[in-house]
Parts: sequence; structure tokens; C-alpha cells
Amino acid sequence: MTPARTLATARRVLLQLRHDPRTLAMLLVVPSALMGLLAWILPDETFDVWGPPLLGIFPLLVMFLVTSVATLRERTSGTLERLLSMPAGRGDLIFGYALAFGLLALVQAVVVSSLAFGVFGLDVAGSAGLVGVVAVVDALLGTALGLFVSAFARTEFQAVQFMPVVLVPQFLLCGLIVAVDDLPTVLRWVAQVLPLTYAVEATREVIGSTSTTGTFRGDVAILAGFAVALLALGAGTLRRRTA
Amino acid sequence: MDAHAPPAVDVADLRVVRGGRVVVDDISFTVPAGAITGLLGPSGCGKTTVMRSIVGVQIVAGGTVDVLSEPAGSPGLRARVAYVTQAPSVYGDLTVRDNLRYFARILGTPSADVDRVLGEVDLERHARTLVSRLSGGERSRVSLGTALLGAPELLVLDEPTVGVDPVLRRDLWALFHDLAARGAGLLVSSHVMDEAARCDRLLLMRDGRLLAEETPDQLLVRTGTATVEDAFLALIEATEAPAEVAR
Repeated sequence: MTPARTLATARRVLLQLRHDPRTLAMLLVVPSALMGLLAWILPDETFDVWGPPLLGIFPLLVMFLVTSVATLRERTSGTLERLLSMPAGRGDLIFGYALAFGLLALVQAVVVSSLAFGVFGLDVAGSAGLVGVVAVVDALLGTALGLFVSAFARTEFQAVQFMPVVLVPQFLLCGLIVAVDDLPTVLRWVAQVLPLTYAVEATREVIGSTSTTGTFRGDVAILAGFAVALLALGAGTLRRRTA
Repeated sequence: MDAHAPPAVDVADLRVVRGGRVVVDDISFTVPAGAITGLLGPSGCGKTTVMRSIVGVQIVAGGTVDVLSEPAGSPGLRARVAYVTQAPSVYGDLTVRDNLRYFARILGTPSADVDRVLGEVDLERHARTLVSRLSGGERSRVSLGTALLGAPELLVLDEPTVGVDPVLRRDLWALFHDLAARGAGLLVSSHVMDEAARCDRLLLMRDGRLLAEETPDQLLVRTGTATVEDAFLALIEATEAPAEVAR
């Protein structure tokens, strides 16, 4: 794995996306529209409770879906086999994708956060900027999760089904619907090893605080750790030799 | 072709099993440097599997494959061996030039090389066209162009001239001979027997077995036939009637 090859891959992925303006538009419009819909259906004070955690979860969902087909496309087009027979490292490929989609995730989370606070009237006692930071981290986590599962998908049908498998249980257990402490013991243990739990906890921390807390910093570090570990695992599952 | 130089590829007792079926059955042959070796046989005979074994992307059940004096698939070989799959493996949503530029960066070759290759595969006019808008033959040429980047010492080309018009086919074969003259080893597969005459050496395959490994002239003399197609048929008849085997 070399920086030059990783950057070349990131650049190539972004060039591909430039030729697909509809996907680019949807990446920005869909989470923003969902946030707008949420603001519309909820009374103001309820939106201020549900808005901040979902601010990160909507981009996570969208980035997961987009990236979960990424290496699948490489596989079906034969370019994956070609690249792996060339001097490209497996990490060049996965981290190249992560860089490109990570950049999009960043733009997306910033756009959604700006709209939520500036247009949809989201209001928190703590720091809006830090809530936005969690949204960015969530979107990056979605990218890493999507890339990780895409290394296991062999068909499009498999790839899309990873969403209910990977994301829905996390959504149910992350503390959004039932507080993690109120979950049955076994489920609490499960929740504690799922990344989304830390994303929701981090958001809750900064809703009420204008500066970072120790818990917040710990949560963000855990989320970053999850993202890097998932990408490394994803790269590890790519096989140069196949049957 | 230097008879004393080590071969570009040395395959010994290669055996490949896919899905419980033996698709390559105990094959041994060499591919010399500085020459074009044609790998001929009907569709499904195991040509692609043999090529994938040489490139090092195929899980093999037995035997050894040495490429440029290293075991196939060694990391050191990845910039020295170029492989073109039968289906064009390039990005449809990138332009021709951007495709070549990306693969050049992966290989670590200067981007000036991209212009040379665009000329060699006659795609200068389409440099800014998205690959998805090209015809099948043009797309294959982009894929082939990728293999011409840098200075590969071994080129493994799986059916590189399918869907290519006769003029360009002639030019591509001239290019292959030029590459061989500069010292590269080429292994070119085809299911079209009339391409055999353009090769320096031939490997004939059927049902995962090697029927012949010799020059086109030797093959015709040995089988007493006028075309490679007839020679192929003669060899099959000989193997299917064991009493008549003269080999």
C-alpha cells in the first residue's frame, strides 16, 4: 500500500462519480429532505430531541447504501481482478474508496447539519458545531461499514440486504428508542459493541454541552477506531487468488 | 528467440479443480521470451484457467507455475506481467484517457506513456469519450491498452482480437510481434484457429488437456494437414481412437 496509489484510487472514484451527477445529487438531497420531513412532522421540542441523533443517522444510512455496492462493482467489472494482479495493494483500493466517499460524507453531513440548524429550526442548548462533528463521524462510519460489507457481497441482491442485517439492529439497540441502560442485560452487552450506540451517546453529550466532554471524546475515538478497523478488515477479505 | 534464455513461463504438471471438476488436467509447457505463443482451443477447454494460473489469480490444485523465474503471483511480478481478461476490465464511467491514466498510476509509469498507448491501440480520437459509450471492440482495445502501459516482460492476452475489424487486427498482431522482437514473451489465446498462423509457437488444448506444443509448421507436418483447424481435428481423432495413437 502506497500513498500515491491510494490517492490515485480516491481520485479515480471521484472522477467516476462526476460522471454520475444523479448519484451525487441524491447523496446531498436525500438526507436533507429526510431531515426536513422530520422537522415537519414533529413539534419543535420533540424535533430538538430526535433531530440531533438522526442528523448523523440519515447520512450514515445513505453512505452505507452507496458504498456497499462499491467493491461489488469492481468485482463484476473484472477491474478488481486486474488491480489485484497489478502492483495495487488491497489497502490502496479500500482506503482509496474510503477517502473518496469520506470526502462526500463530509460534504453531505455539513450540508444536512447546516440545513437542520439554519433552515429547519433545530435548536440545542449545547454546541451545534459539535453535533455537526458527530454527523460527519457517523457518515464516515457508514462509509466504512458499507465498504466492509461490500467485500462480502457477491451479488447486488446480497449487497442491499446487508442494510437490514447491519443497520436495523444497531438502530433498535443504539439508545434512540430505548435507553441503553434500560435494555435487557444481554442486549445491553450487544449494544455496547455496536458503533451506533457511541454515535448516539456522543450526540446526547453535546446537545447539553457547549464544549467537548471526556465521554464525547472517548465516543468519537471509538467511532474512528471502528471505521479504521472495518476498513482494514474489508481490505483483508479481498483475495488475490480465487477459485 | 534465444534457445538458452530461461523461458518466460514454465508450467509443470499444472492441475486446477473448480467446483469439483478438473478443468486443467496435468499440463506442462513453456512460453519462451521474445516470441508469441498461441493458446488455442474451443471455448471452455481451460484456456482462461491456464492464463489465470500464470498471472497468479487462480487457486491451483497441483503442479508448479514459474513466471520470469519466480513463482506465479509473486509480488515482484505484478509490474512485470500484464494480463488482459476476455471481458474488457475497465471502468465504463471513466473516459478512455482517465482509465489509462489510473492504471498507469497504479503501475507507477509516467503519464506520458498514456499517449503512446492511445496511439498503439488507435484510440486517440476517443481519448475523451466515456468507455461506456464505446463499441465492444473499442472497449476491448482500452482493456488491451492497459496491458501495454509500462514495459511488461510477459503479456498474457485472453482473446485480445475478438470483435476487432480486420485492419486493426492486422495492426495489433504487428504490435504483438514488435513487442516480442523487443524481448517480451506473449501468450495469446484464441478460439479462432486462423490466428494460429500468426504465432511463433502453438499450444493446443481440449477438455483441460494439452494436445500439442510446437510451431505451426511442425504441427502441420506432423499431422499431415494443411490448416491448423484440420490439424486440431486430426489430433482429436488420434486421441479418441487409442489404437491409432502414433505419438
